[in-house]
Amino acid sequence: MSAIGHAAHGDHADADAGGFHATRKDYLTGFGLAAVMTAIPFWLVMAHPLGSAALTGGVIIAFAAAQVVVHMVYFLHMNSRSEGGWTLLALLFTILMVGIVLSGSLWVMYHLDHNMMPTITPQDARLMP
Amino acid sequence: MTTAASQIRLVAGRTGPEFYMTEAHHPENGTLLGFWIYLMSDCLIFASLFATYGVLSRNYAGGPTGAQVFELPMVAVNTALLLFSSITYGMAMIATQQNKVRETLGWLALTGLLGCGFLGLELKEFTQLIADGAGPQRSAFLSSFFTLVGTHGLHVTFGVIWLATLMVQVAQRGITATNRRRLMCLSLFWHFLDVIWIGVFSFVYLLGVM
Repeated sequence: MSAIGHAAHGDHADADAGGFHATRKDYLTGFGLAAVMTAIPFWLVMAHPLGSAALTGGVIIAFAAAQVVVHMVYFLHMNSRSEGGWTLLALLFTILMVGIVLSGSLWVMYHLDHNMMPTITPQDARLMP
Repeated sequence: MTTAASQIRLVAGRTGPEFYMTEAHHPENGTLLGFWIYLMSDCLIFASLFATYGVLSRNYAGGPTGAQVFELPMVAVNTALLLFSSITYGMAMIATQQNKVRETLGWLALTGLLGCGFLGLELKEFTQLIADGAGPQRSAFLSSFFTLVGTHGLHVTFGVIWLATLMVQVAQRGITATNRRRLMCLSLFWHFLDVIWIGVFSFVYLLGVM
């Protein structure tokens, strides 16, 4: 990573620029990876090459997670050195909180829903008395 | 004060002046770290909106389902617009590093246009949905959909306003240290919105139409 090489100089011009120097190569690499990781999920849903919906869903989630990492590294220039590691620490804490909020809500509400009311689709609604 | 002064004198008397940097190197200013922490808190807002959508996404109340109302080609174009605006903003940052005012302004203008295109398509989708009777009041699914996607759209709107403001600043004062810092903050904000959009198109649209 170019940011680490520059941080090693330790000069103050870098700190002025926010401690990192983006390069055209970084952005283009990130853009290429992101474009592929966007195109494949859309193709999977629009052309149904994988038959199974569960498998397609799993692959989409995996691509989304990988693309978030690509954006973080190549566009947001995340690394363990910037701001003395505080940005990474804040990010890790946020990921923990996001994980608790998402998995906790879905877990609890799924069980509540299960005990209360079935899902009503338009077909069900038509059959209702 | 006095003890520190005497210590310095003591050291200076023995071996000549010596200076130690006992603390870690501090960043020149805390703006970027502070802005990053704001973004992380924004991330928590989106996390709770995603969780709400996740819980309510099948509660159709007899109304339309995601498969019936989402148009994937439109979403693909929107995704492409936002991704292209990320790379054009990156090019603006590179032009900024090279102190090229005119080039910076050009890339920023292109980024703003792509952002406006994204907002235009999203507004078209929203008005179409509302006209079709699939507005936010139709079902819990649609309420949570409009809240999540609308909040993201609102962020993009403010990003575009901020971008226009910075273009005026750069045009008037050039690429000063202050403007450089502001452009850096908007860079984080803009790329962050693209990261959120990954979640939106994957979880809301792609999984929604399956």
